[in-house]
Amino acid sequence: MDFSILWTDFASLLLDGIVVGAIYALVSLGYTLVYGVLRLINFAHSEIFMLGTFATLGVTMLLGFTGFEEPLGILAFLGVFLLAATVAGVASGSAAMLLEVVAYRRLRRNNANRLSSLISAIGASLFLVEFFRIITDSKDWDFPRLLDKNSLFQVGTAYVTADKIVVLVGAFALMIILDRIIQTTKLGRGIRAVSQDERTSILMGVDVDRVIAFTFLIGGVLAGVGSAFYMLFYEATKFNVGFLLGISAFTAAVLGGIGNIRGALAGSFVLGLIQQFSSAVLGYNWRDVVTFIILVLVLLFKPTGLFGEALQRARV
Amino acid sequence: MSTPSSTNVRFNLRDKFGDWWEGTTRNQRVLFRAAVIVFFFILPFLDNPILGTNESDFSSVLFYPMGMFVIMAIGLNIIVGKSGILDLGYVAFFAIGAYTHAILNLNFGFPFWINVFLGMGFAMLAGLMLGLPALRLRGDYLAIITLGFGEIIRILAINFNFTGGAAGLAGIAAPPTLFGIEFVVDDPKPFYWLLLTLMLLVIWAYLRLVARRPGRAWEAIREDEDVAEFMGVATMKYKLWGFVLGGAVGGAVGAVYAGQVTSITPENFTLQISIMILACVVFGGMGNIWGVALGAALLGYFPEKLRFLSDTRILFFGLLMVVMMNIRPDGIIPRKKREKVYDKNTGQEVTR
Repeated sequence: MDFSILWTDFASLLLDGIVVGAIYALVSLGYTLVYGVLRLINFAHSEIFMLGTFATLGVTMLLGFTGFEEPLGILAFLGVFLLAATVAGVASGSAAMLLEVVAYRRLRRNNANRLSSLISAIGASLFLVEFFRIITDSKDWDFPRLLDKNSLFQVGTAYVTADKIVVLVGAFALMIILDRIIQTTKLGRGIRAVSQDERTSILMGVDVDRVIAFTFLIGGVLAGVGSAFYMLFYEATKFNVGFLLGISAFTAAVLGGIGNIRGALAGSFVLGLIQQFSSAVLGYNWRDVVTFIILVLVLLFKPTGLFGEALQRARV
Repeated sequence: MSTPSSTNVRFNLRDKFGDWWEGTTRNQRVLFRAAVIVFFFILPFLDNPILGTNESDFSSVLFYPMGMFVIMAIGLNIIVGKSGILDLGYVAFFAIGAYTHAILNLNFGFPFWINVFLGMGFAMLAGLMLGLPALRLRGDYLAIITLGFGEIIRILAINFNFTGGAAGLAGIAAPPTLFGIEFVVDDPKPFYWLLLTLMLLVIWAYLRLVARRPGRAWEAIREDEDVAEFMGVATMKYKLWGFVLGGAVGGAVGAVYAGQVTSITPENFTLQISIMILACVVFGGMGNIWGVALGAALLGYFPEKLRFLSDTRILFFGLLMVVMMNIRPDGIIPRKKREKVYDKNTGQEVTR
């Protein structure tokens, strides 16, 4: 183990940690939002993300990018990427809504126990992974290099590249939009009401089914757009890409206090940083072991997360 | 107190069999049990092209996947079905059993028969180490923790040297000859009989356990943990016992598996196995050992038999889990909802 890398590469690890954290944040919001209204962990959320990566890839393939052409100029890139991210968001969002109808709604109406809902979600997750494994041939799929990844400028040891800037700016913009939706719109108020007390909100005239469907939609759209950022940054996907990313995003949500939106954002950045710094010391193949240990420790010693919100009273 | 429910006219195979079973004498029961056991022991000899599959003959299918699925599903049923703990990392116990036999056999020359018990022991130890902290958590968190545990065991097996890394371990010894039965790689029959013997022992132990205090405690915990705690059930203790005992079954099967295939890699122990076994439990009927065994046997057999299912088996399992939970959440043979209770003073049967 070489700890000196922590000092020498501090700035670059910090930057990468924030970028990775921004991607986690978009996915972990889906976990935390759904948990807020349903009190259930949406096990299939990671597959909604995986679906988004393939949607992003599909758009660039349809537009005829193969990865061997010159990287695009900034305006052309923004056009292509916006289109890809929109399609991915729409695809993931509608998949998430469909998932809610197929795997959750009937069980919720029948007041089924938690175990049944969990198993149903796991089944749906398994179905999606396997479906994509079969149609994508179990292969690694490369994303064409749309953007020049040469360093724009350097801060310490950190090379600031265009893709990292796009991810950070885009993710922060989405987080602010989401925060406004939750805080100011009528549906956002519905989400907050259902998270606090479902029965009372029914009495107050909230259409719970609609709120839940909308929550899945928001979570799905965020995961879909997040997957476009993921593709831009990592430039590869595979049918099982959702699994480890899902565990990381979920850990981030728990770290921030599940059901707590701002907590999930903070948890994501903390986790992204921890992962970058720990893999620099221990090696990349220990990254997921570290994530898992963090998850276990948080659940055991501070199950309410960093921001101390009680699980039973988790607020959005 | 009320009269036994005779008003329930809905046809139910389990109750039909149950009624018949209640009416039998002790001798008839012994005879029936012996006949069933003998039938299962001679089952591999019924090898014919109709029962066999495209790739392998019937006796190999009986060992893997049918036998393996059935015994692991019975083990997982103790955890998921009886105590209501959703374990998504059951493969970890299986992997620990397999690696115990592989490592101890290759490095220290321990024979298979010792390693089966050591594999069980290590699986129980792992169950204890994970369960002690994790079983304090609620259902969905526990599911994520166990999911991570299953994956971590696999990642550790890839990263460590003594487990052979990603290449795994090869040249593991098969079980030594026992009662003149030779265990060789190309004959699955002895392994099937070994698995069947193990299965009978597990079923026997399980039935003894559930008829007594642990079984009642597990059911109370499954139905409502808080109420069980209030009623004086040591919930943590019994959850831990359920978890550890279910893990022990997985560990024993893992050792048998390593002895049969003689080489293992971390890729033999993926999340998919945990999920497939869970699908077997869910399909058969959580909490009913006979339903679980039948469900696992069917889910083991049909994807092997039907070509269109064998490539898409996981897809089919996933779909099955969603459909079962939505339409028939209690599985093909549901557990008894009305447990018979005998009055303490009069000794008469009370149905409630």
